[in-house]
Formats: sequence, C-alpha cells, structure tokens
Amino acid sequence: MSYLSLSDKDRKDMMAAVGIASIDELFCCMPEAVRLTGDLELPGPLAEPDLVREIEGVAGRNTFGRYLSFLGGGAYEHFIPTVVDYLSGRGEFVSPYTPYQPEISQGTLQAIFEFQTLICQLTGLDISNASLYDGATAAAEAVLMAHRVTGRPKVLMARSLHPQYREVVRTYIKNLGVEAVEIPYGRDGRLDLEAFSDLVDGQTCGVLVQSPNFLGVVEDVQAVSGLAHCAKALSVAVVSEALSLGLLEAPGKLGADIVTGEAQSLGIPLSFGGPYLGFMACRKEFVRQLPGRLCGQTKDVDGRRGFVLTLATREQHIRREKATSNICTNQALCALRATIYMETLGRQGLREAARQCARKTAYALEALRGIPGVTRKFAGPVFDEFVLEFAQPWDRVAAALKGKGVLPGLGLGTAYPELGDCVLVCVTEVKRKDDIDLLVQAVREVMS
Amino acid sequence: MIREIREPLIFEISAPGKRAAELPPLDVPAEPDLLHGAALRGDIEGFPEVSETEIVRHFTRLSQMNYCVDLGLYPLGSCTMKYNPKVNERLAALPALAGCHPQAPHDLVQGSLEVLKRLETLLGTIAGLDAFTLQPAAGAHGELTGMMLIRARLDETANPRKYVLIPDSAHGTNPSSAHICGYSVKEIRSNDDGTIDLGSLEKEMDEDVAALMVTNPNTLGVFERDICRIAEIVHAKGGYVYMDGANMNALTGIVRPGDMGVDVLHINLHKTFSTPHGGGGPGSGPVGVKKELAPYLPVPVITEEDGRFSLDANRPKSIGRVRSFYGNFGVIVRALGYILALGPKGIREIAEYAVLNANYIRKGLEGEYHLKYATPSMHECVFSDKFQKEFGVTNLDIAKRLMDYGLHPPTMSFPLIVHGALMIEPTETESRRDLDLFIEAMKAIAREARDNPDLLKTAPHGTYVRRLDEVAAAKNPCLRWREEE
Repeated sequence: MSYLSLSDKDRKDMMAAVGIASIDELFCCMPEAVRLTGDLELPGPLAEPDLVREIEGVAGRNTFGRYLSFLGGGAYEHFIPTVVDYLSGRGEFVSPYTPYQPEISQGTLQAIFEFQTLICQLTGLDISNASLYDGATAAAEAVLMAHRVTGRPKVLMARSLHPQYREVVRTYIKNLGVEAVEIPYGRDGRLDLEAFSDLVDGQTCGVLVQSPNFLGVVEDVQAVSGLAHCAKALSVAVVSEALSLGLLEAPGKLGADIVTGEAQSLGIPLSFGGPYLGFMACRKEFVRQLPGRLCGQTKDVDGRRGFVLTLATREQHIRREKATSNICTNQALCALRATIYMETLGRQGLREAARQCARKTAYALEALRGIPGVTRKFAGPVFDEFVLEFAQPWDRVAAALKGKGVLPGLGLGTAYPELGDCVLVCVTEVKRKDDIDLLVQAVREVMS
Repeated sequence: MIREIREPLIFEISAPGKRAAELPPLDVPAEPDLLHGAALRGDIEGFPEVSETEIVRHFTRLSQMNYCVDLGLYPLGSCTMKYNPKVNERLAALPALAGCHPQAPHDLVQGSLEVLKRLETLLGTIAGLDAFTLQPAAGAHGELTGMMLIRARLDETANPRKYVLIPDSAHGTNPSSAHICGYSVKEIRSNDDGTIDLGSLEKEMDEDVAALMVTNPNTLGVFERDICRIAEIVHAKGGYVYMDGANMNALTGIVRPGDMGVDVLHINLHKTFSTPHGGGGPGSGPVGVKKELAPYLPVPVITEEDGRFSLDANRPKSIGRVRSFYGNFGVIVRALGYILALGPKGIREIAEYAVLNANYIRKGLEGEYHLKYATPSMHECVFSDKFQKEFGVTNLDIAKRLMDYGLHPPTMSFPLIVHGALMIEPTETESRRDLDLFIEAMKAIAREARDNPDLLKTAPHGTYVRRLDEVAAAKNPCLRWREEE
C-alpha cells in the first residue's frame, strides 16, 4: 500500500521543474560508498485487508483476554465511556502538531487549559503542566525539580513507591550528583515515619511518597509533608492510581508541594503499558522550575479570549542546556482523553467511580482474608489494591489459579524479596460481584 | 469553519446535577469501609457537571478550531507532518492489543511481545544498526537515553569525559539532553554550505569529548556529505557519533545511518513512521545502537528463543529503566503497520518523494524568498524573510498571513543560524495540487508584502481568534480557570 499522492505525470512534470532526469540525482550529495544499491530486506508491501489480517493474527497470540484479571500495580482497568474514544479520535485532535500557531490551534489549547484546571482541582494545587510521558518519568522530573528548587543533593524515596518509578529516578539522577535513599515501610504498610525523620536532613531536596502506595496502602501525606517541611525539603506526592483522587483528600491540601504521577486511570486504555499520561502540579511559587509545556489564557488584538503556550523560557527550544527539562513532545492526545473522561464523569461520576472501586475492593478483601492460609498483609487503609500473603508458595498458587482462568494479581517477590509469597490484588469498578465471588471461590479451592 | 462560534470553557457551562455518565448500581455491600484512617475529600471543588450532549458539542466545536494534517498541507520543518494512515488506528485499537495489561505473565502476551520484537528488527534493518530499544516515549527521551548509553560505555573506561559537541544548527533538545547526562556543551560552527565545519570539528574533538550529536540531514535540510569523515574524526579520539534521526524521512531506503559511522541513533516514530502527533504527542523515540553499545540498553530487553518471547531485566551493564513498562506500545503498533504496508519499495519512496516535494517547493519559491544556503536541499528547505524585511514584514507576519489562505505556516525562527527563518517540509504524502496551493499562497503573500504590508502585519484576519498577545500571557500567567468570586 502506498500513501503517495503523485500521478506518473505529476512526477515527470515535477522532476522537469526541479531540473532532474532521475530521482537518483536528488541524492547525489550522499557518499557513493554508503548508498544502498538495492531495496532493503523488509517484508511487505501489504494491502490493507492483508495488513489487518496480519496484525489480527499477531494480536490473537495474546491470550490474556481469556483470563479474569485482578492485575494493577501502576496500570488500571476502568470503564471508558464511548464519547472518550469517539471525540478523541477526531482527526482535528489526532493529526495536528504541538500548537505552536495558536490562532489555528485553539481547540487543542483550550482543551489543555481545561486539563490543567482539572488537574489543579484534583490535586489541590495552583499550577499544572500540559503532561509528561508517564508516571515514572514524571517522578524523575519531580526529583530534578526539587533538586533545582533547593539545590540539595539527596532525595528520599519511599520503598513503597512503584519499583519501576524508583528505577527510573535512579537512571535519571545517575549523572547529576544526586543521591537517592529509600525509606522503609512499616508494619501497617505505611511509610515508616520514624525512619523518615531520621533520614531527612539539611541535604534533602525532597521526599517522594506514593499514595495509595505500591502496596495499596493510603499514606498519611500530611504527616510526611510536615516532617519534610521541618527540614525545608519539598514534599512530593506521587499518585499512580489517579482515580483515587475522586475519594481521597487532595494531596495539595495535605501539604504536598508537588503532586505528580500517572493518570492512565482517567480514560486511557491499558495498551500493554503505553501511551500513558504523566502529570505534574505544583505550588505557584515553583512555576518557573516546572518542566514541560504550559498553556495560558490571553487576548487577541480584538480583545477576545484565546489560549497560547506560555512561559517557554523554561523550555529547551529557548533555554537549550539550561532548560528545566529536555521534554518537547509530550502526551497531548492522552491528556485530551483524560480531559474528556474527567468532564464526562464529572463532579458526581468521578466520586461514584472511586467509591465503587473502594467498596468492591473492601468486599473482595474481606472475603479473601477469611480463607484459611490467606492473610491480609498490611492493616493500613486501602483504596482499590491490597496485599495478601499465602501460606503456600506464590508460584504454586499463581499456577493453580491460572489453571482456573484467574489472574489474582501481581506477585511481589521480584520487586520485594521480603514479600515472596504475597500478591497485590486490584479490584476496580469494572468488576462485578460475580467476578469477585469467582476469584474467592478459586482461591478457596486452591488453598484447600 | 464558522468563525463566529465561541465555545466557553466547560466550567462555564456546568450546572449542578447534570451528568454525562452513570455506573450500574453497586452490587456489593456498602460495608465495611476499609478507608478508615485515610484523609478523605468531600466534593471535588469546581469539577464540571454537564450532559453527554454538551460534552459532544463542546469537543466537536473545539476540534473545529484546529488545523490538522487531515485538512491540508502542514509544512512544519523538521516535524515531518505526513499523512497518518487510518488503518493503523484500527490496529492499535484491536481489543487483544489495547486491552492487554502490562503486568500480565509473559506467556499470555506473546502477541504484544512479538509486535515489539518485530518493530525492533525492522528498524534495525532500516537504520543499519544492531539493536534497538523501543522504550523512549519521544525524540528528546530517545536523545537522553542514547547519551546515557554513551556515558555508561565511557564510565567503564574510568573516563566518562566532559563535553558533547553540538552543531549550531541543532534542535534545542540536543543540548538539553546532553546536559541531563552530566555533559557540558561545545558548539560547532557551520560553514558557508550550512554543514559542519571540519576544521572546527577537528579543533574541538579531543579526549575530553564524549560524543558529537549530529542531525543528518541537518535542520537546514542539508545532507552532511562529509558524514563518514566526521565519524572518523570523532572515532579517532575515542568519541561516539550520536545521530538525531528527526530528519530520517530523507534517508529511508537510500542510506543507513549505521553504514555512515553512526553509533547511536534515535528515530521519531511520530515523524518518519507516520504515527499521528496528537496535538503534541504521544510520540515514540526508539534508540538504535551498534553492537558495542547493546549491553547498555535500558531494561527490560525483549528476547526470543524458539519463537517464544520474554523480557530480560537482568542486564548488569544496562543504564537501567528509562520509563515504566515497555514504551508507547500503541504508537509502536501503528509504526509496525505502516512499515508492513509500505514494504521495501514504499520505504525507499518515502525519501524519494519527500525530497522531490521539498525541491519542488524550493524551486517554486526561489527568487520570491531569500535562500541563505544554495546547497542542495533534501526533505526540507529553509528560506528567510530577508526580501520582505525591506517592507517591514517579518517571517511571523508571513506565517500569520498563510492562515488566511487556509494553510499551516512553516517552522519559524529556526534553525537559529538563519535569521527570520521559514523552514518548509512538505513530506512525501502531499499531492501536487496541495504543493501548488502552498506555492501560490506564498507567492501571493510575497506580492502583498510589497503592495500592502499592513495586510500581513495585522494577519490573520479569518481565524477564530486573531493575533494573540503572547507577551501578556507570559507576563501575567493565567494557567487555569477559577470560579469568579
């Protein structure tokens, strides 16, 4: 299949206009020694029906869809209203570039402005950027930002911060002279505040605490922020399950200076891990240190309201090596999806979806912990994920449940060796009582 | 377009009690409450309440205020705004792919892993490199990843070095990415041809320099014809050649970066491989390397054994993880679809017709607009506003006036070495009619600049909003809506 639009006559006429006899002449400036002499060894071409059949064949080798899955751990299945796909799929949103020319990009820009507002409302902070790549890189950008704001060389990260986020932070800071130190979690699964207050000091630029954390437990962001502020360090609240903000207090109101993380939960399909939606909000005094694009309101020459990308002096194309981040292309279309999702669910719907997640999770946890050989690992409050410990080896339990068509959740042993026979179970609003009962029944059979 | 549509912010049409979504009734008991001890919120203050009809009209109206590739030529230089084949949207949305959880056991996601492996292999063939990672989420993320690979390799020699050389025509992301990698930047001058000055390179290249970051063709749309010699100079001092592949559209099927001495390359799937830009992302910035650098690629790495795919995170020399999970998978599916649809001849034709179209525009506008460099153009050509300045007209005025002709302007004021630049990249998918429309519009604007410069200085006249006050936006930032008190 070719997507070219030139007829044979067009090609001939255009070559004549340019003054060449063969297409090859266009490439005469390239060294002869490296010019390819034949076509590359690539498959295809495929006409559209064959292409669809080919990729459907590959997709068919995924058998995940045949299983009842309770996987979470940084990627969450929530119901996506039809209007999200319908509207975000419009070519006028899908096929423009970054809105550098505001007069003909008002649709994208106004949507970003609404996104920024919604994120501020959810997080309880003053300023939100237009998006970052994903939760992990957003966490890393937050560390670099805290480092710029305070000039201090040490960052504290909760051990209950998503393991992949911690890895990405370490990758980003490796060459910048910033050191990362982990804070353990306590018996209830919450950050060990005593250990934290021992670790935080005048060298600490910030603390990264995830809530609900990777173990499903809702943190005391207020206490963490208070301790951070005593040492004049920034409190960075990381959220990987953004729907929790429908029910949990806005971290900005609990003292967080930066709220950042992953907003995949807000209308973005699982899609094997991407594209997702990093977000970042902060207090207004830090706006000049914020990474990423910002959309602002202004007026045109006739006094009419309009929107533009603004404060670009923070960015790479102006500031080059002194920019707050190297990010250029972000996740705009994912931010648009999240905007449509949040506005569709609205003030009541978002709370209701979050409430149903919490109720169904509680129902599942209560039923599962009653099974002999299954215990609730952490007593701290939970939103839509929790950790169970099995009295039998996890590998055996997982294999047996898989045999029954059930994926009970994410085994924690790889990321947390001390939680070898533990599983992180996620129950969202898309699960019905029947699904949960089926999980409970399967676990009961496997454990008996 | 109906110019008089004024669409309020969603918050301004919100009214209590309206809903656009409902959930089924809760089918489990409301007790127990396991959130006890957590700080809960009451209302989400200010969150909108609208109906489904209102949501659909709101975003449909907003969409109509956007220019896009589906509407016409989008000649942003170095952005490669080509047509986005619609079938690829369908492929990415296949439930078996879009519904797949990234934490699923590997044996249940063999199809998704195969998608990743196949694209890695195809990119390797197209770029002439030994190994690829698909994890970087965009071009700049790819640059950062690529520079980290070089740094990790050099760290092993106990001398990570201090500097990275970057030509003065480079994208702003290059110096910024190098900086996050802990390197200082030294600028290399361009010569009168607009290419890297070999003398300047030889002078700056020493054992303190980790790498040269080169864009080829460069941002003037000029091919660095000494690229093999450039690579020799860098390699002779133990440095590495990083190539920014933003302009790969000029090279596909013609030459391969790996054959020209490039050690590390990032490719923008959202440029060369047709995935849509989405108004600023998501993109994808795969990074390819020569064998020597493969052990340093980010984890996890996809491995294949007897047709079974798995993910290997146990790579002692790896720079680590650069993002969560495995990259912008949905974008990767689209790029795979595109390459399979095109086949070998189609891949070569990308470069052939991208370059022909750019040269057709160049020919059409020569004499009307100033061309600073006479060097042959590849996939883009860079004019300037020098002739129009005589009438007090700048490249900004020209850009804004193009909107009145129903067209998107070229990239402006970049590269920095051309004052008042107008950087035009039509891409291969444009029809002759669309190219001619653009050329005619630009010629008409050149005439207007002479005869009626005020018409340009006050442009655009026919858009939803007219020229916006960007200075005021930055001076008193208003970055969110607030309820009026």
